[in-house]
Amino acid sequence: MDLRYTEAEESFRAELRAWLDEALPKLPPKPDRNDWPGRRAYDTTWQRMLFDAGYAGIHWPVEAGGKGATPTEHLIFLEETERAGAPYVGANFVGLLHAGPTINAAGSEEQRRKYLPGILSGEDVWCQGFSEPGAGSDLASLRCRAVRDGDEYVINGSKIWTSHAEVADYCEMLVRTDQDAPKHKGITWLIVPMDTPGITIRPLETVMGTSEFAEVFFDDVRVPVANRVGDENDGWRVTMVTLSFERGTAFVSEVVASQRLLHELAELAKKVTRKDATAWDDVALRRELGHLTAEFEALWALTKWNVSEAARAGMPGVGGSVFKLRFSETKQKLYELAHRLLDRAALVVEDVAGLPSGDLMDERLSSLSYTIAAGTSQIQRNIVGERILGLPKER
Amino acid sequence: MDFQLSDDQRDLATGVREFCEGRFDRDRMRNLVDHDRKPGMVDKKLWQELAETGFFSLRVAEDEGGVGLGTAEAALVYEEAGRALLPGPLVATHLAASLGGELGAGAASGELIVGVVEGDASPILVEHLDALDVLLILDEDGIRKVAPADVAGTAVKNPVDPFTPLHHVEALPEGELVADAETAARFRREGAVLTAAVQLGIAGKLTELATQYAKEREQFGRIIGSFQAVKHLCADMLVRTEIARAAVYSAAVTLDDPVVGDAAVAVPTAKLMADDAATRNGKDATQVHGGMGFTWEVDVHLYLKRAWVHATQYGDADDNEEALAATL
Ligand SMILES: Cc1cc2nc3c(=O)[nH]c(=O)nc-3n(C[C@H](O)[C@H](O)[C@H](O)COP(=O)(O)OP(=O)(O)OC[C@H]3O[C@@H](n4cnc5c(N)ncnc54)[C@H](O)[C@@H]3O)c2cc1C
Repeated sequence: MDLRYTEAEESFRAELRAWLDEALPKLPPKPDRNDWPGRRAYDTTWQRMLFDAGYAGIHWPVEAGGKGATPTEHLIFLEETERAGAPYVGANFVGLLHAGPTINAAGSEEQRRKYLPGILSGEDVWCQGFSEPGAGSDLASLRCRAVRDGDEYVINGSKIWTSHAEVADYCEMLVRTDQDAPKHKGITWLIVPMDTPGITIRPLETVMGTSEFAEVFFDDVRVPVANRVGDENDGWRVTMVTLSFERGTAFVSEVVASQRLLHELAELAKKVTRKDATAWDDVALRRELGHLTAEFEALWALTKWNVSEAARAGMPGVGGSVFKLRFSETKQKLYELAHRLLDRAALVVEDVAGLPSGDLMDERLSSLSYTIAAGTSQIQRNIVGERILGLPKER
Repeated sequence: MDFQLSDDQRDLATGVREFCEGRFDRDRMRNLVDHDRKPGMVDKKLWQELAETGFFSLRVAEDEGGVGLGTAEAALVYEEAGRALLPGPLVATHLAASLGGELGAGAASGELIVGVVEGDASPILVEHLDALDVLLILDEDGIRKVAPADVAGTAVKNPVDPFTPLHHVEALPEGELVADAETAARFRREGAVLTAAVQLGIAGKLTELATQYAKEREQFGRIIGSFQAVKHLCADMLVRTEIARAAVYSAAVTLDDPVVGDAAVAVPTAKLMADDAATRNGKDATQVHGGMGFTWEVDVHLYLKRAWVHATQYGDADDNEEALAATL
């Protein structure tokens, strides 16, 4: 067990830091939270800056145009960019972390040439059309169908919770191409340009009143058969390939950000008053801050453990669900504590009385989704119980 | 960075597990508690075997007759001790071996069984007194040594953990100062990490016991582990164990190589996460066993009770949370 970074890793870190120092001041001002075109532009500008500096697709293989970094270098990259206050992957998430790697692994040479460069340079933004009104946790029960018509597929149905749908250029989509096959065997993975006729986007309002995701309707939407990745009816396997790119780095930025927030909350606790003392003088509250410090320190250690495991094995371990479960629930606790600290200022989703209730309450609300998105906590517990502990399935 | 066990570390852990299974299997463990309780609950023969295996001399330098390994390796060894529920003041004697001189040599070789108590505790409860050759008192000035015979205490009739007999002591004798305050602080740090490792072993074993039972027991015509309410308890036990594992190993590595982290954060984190995993897993494992979980016969309560003992040693939850808050 060695927690020391090698010389090569340290020089990678030093170069990155030097570049971040120089690059970050050149970023345009941050757009408004609910200005989605503005956010797209901001996120893709950053992606372009990474691309020009040779950091785009840090974890992608070199053949795909990436940097071919090791899992540990990827960890360092995410840690340093977050510490420096660089933008989060944002609108580039699906392209860089899902669609791109999938096309690289399961797509044709032509598809790789056509789609990968735009993802790396920030030119193209992708969204993910997997979930449906009737298919969430039980994703494989999806019904949005595609019927072959000559050299085209004709898509009818709808997708829901599609993040960034309004500002995306492409959608990675799962569609049903065989109604009669067992549910996992009749699914196909398609690339759908979002400007194809027949697509209607209805933004959905989140609990924050924002519209980061949408419902997307498909009426006789025609895409060439050439947009299929992998074989017809083999889409479930193609999707599972995507998961195999996870190298334990999924939550690096968020753990680093949470640790920073803990320090900020401690500062806040020392400032806000409760009767005749500060919140920090409240033993229960202070110990809760101490407890969360341990939680995030342990999650950071587990990140290094999982990354090292992936680096050795060349593929992810089973630790992803373990990490996601504990991290999402702990991050919710962090915002519950922020809420408690704010007291009645928590009733205001904008700064009030000199308190940072705007960002904190916005994030507090946003944190409600952590245990739902990308596999609910209940589903993660099923995975841990069945795949790691070997307990029998329910039915 | 390579935060995974090296081949040598893996071999060490496997070797110690095999040793424990051979010398202190479940039958011998149950025999000690159910039929053949020894004074102070230390089996001297077993103690000698542990000493020969290097339990106490593990971190003593090779040229001083020790094994010359680090805290990371010690954590792996003590994790196995927790799994096997090895009784006695193992961590205390291991720490005493680092003091050098006659005391250190005696502890390392297994000749001396050494206990530790916090001088400012209230009430003062000394563990395993009847088995001790030396008792060390940790306080602000450093470490003081007293002869167990000089400790005037009353044996507690009902210690919660049958493996950890206790004496209630009104006032500890003055004793002889054998190490400075810095050494006492080191004892607390290393004691916390190694005790956390023991708790990690307990947490892992409890996960196994519960999962195994959940795979065997049937109700309503189904294996109970197929019920989500049961499955999710087991899943939570595993998550707690793995979080504790990362925290404990990371703290141990940090003590060996201080530049890789901040011991002031890593150590209380390890103890807090491991205490939490061991005690909460004890509760959940009891629940998964149903009525059987409430019996003396099933081992779960022995692990839970031991976890309660360790949770008070070298810093409890309150101490650790306060220590961590102080780093913010
Ligand atoms: C902010 C956000 C962004 C998202 N972005 C995208 C996106 O870009 N693209 C996309 O395709 N999807 C996206 N999703 C969808 C997300 O993946 C689903 O919401 C999630 O998988 C849960 O599905 P569901 O909403 O249908 O809930 P359901 O599956 O209906 O679950 C409802 C409740 O039932 C529980 N439940 C369901 N099945 C079981 C079971 N077997 N055992 C125990 N409990 C069960 C769940 O845990 C949950 O508590 C997003 C979701 C959120 C919140």
